[in-house]
Amino acid sequence: MEENLIIEGTNKTPVIKFYYENGAIEISGKSIPENSIGFYQPIYSWIDNYATKPSPKTEIRINLEYFNTSSSKCLLDIFRKFESIKKAGKSDIEVLWHYEADDEDMMEAGDDYNSLVDLTFRLIKV
Amino acid sequence: MDTEIDINTFYSEMKNENIILSYKGDISQELISSLYPIIENRLEEEVDDQKGRKKIFHVLVECLQNVLHHMETFRSSAEFELMKGNVSGQFMMTRRGDRGYNIFTGNFILNKNFNVLKERIDKVNSMDANELKAFYLGSLSTSELSEKGGAGLGIIDIARKSDNKLEYKIHQLSDVYSFFTLAVKIN
Repeated sequence: MEENLIIEGTNKTPVIKFYYENGAIEISGKSIPENSIGFYQPIYSWIDNYATKPSPKTEIRINLEYFNTSSSKCLLDIFRKFESIKKAGKSDIEVLWHYEADDEDMMEAGDDYNSLVDLTFRLIKV
Repeated sequence: MDTEIDINTFYSEMKNENIILSYKGDISQELISSLYPIIENRLEEEVDDQKGRKKIFHVLVECLQNVLHHMETFRSSAEFELMKGNVSGQFMMTRRGDRGYNIFTGNFILNKNFNVLKERIDKVNSMDANELKAFYLGSLSTSELSEKGGAGLGIIDIARKSDNKLEYKIHQLSDVYSFFTLAVKIN
């Protein structure tokens, strides 16, 4: 099933826009849920399904204002799933990691993920 | 049984001149979720620069989720039944003149769990910024997340973001449980 996954943002969970056909993926806003696995589980499932027949090009836009430590683990798991898709040679994957100009912590977080997974990261100042 | 412990008393030596936020009572997932917008509004009023606001909010969220995690563990213990629900958690944020802000939290903890917590805080307190980063990344890439969160990253992250040593006290109240207080300084 090539369905898109769209989830509205709240004051503690991010906007999720995952478009299957053109591989345009977006996570933006705030991610500070107490139980982040509960929130991210459907996203993991969506990626597992996407991995079976991904778009030749996948662009992952991350534009987060805040994320808590339990979300940081989930983000890593998401990147690892896309890393497997890339390693299987099924899709060109680029991560566009956005950070506000004065937010060094968010910039560093992008750098951190870049060092942990084998995906191309572009750090973009907004 | 003295469960009426007040962070104000513990930290009276710190002479908190300016309380920005203060809460004492039951701390549940619903409660802290409803507090986020209130906290964000208060920070908007209190903290001029956006960078500082973000940092404080980030540390506050981790601190509150840390308290919640301890409270949930404590609530599921036999000891909680004996206390007949007389278990409250606390947090407070104060301004240190123009030198920054303090965040205090207080919660009950089972004695059998406090050694792990103590060792973790002592470990992060012994590290400099580079060591903390390496410790964080190592923990991030190897840790498993439980349903309730708590991959052990919270304390490392609080230390990293606050850029100060964490101060804590463990007040043993019985053979089974203690009251744990944490003070985080943000410059």
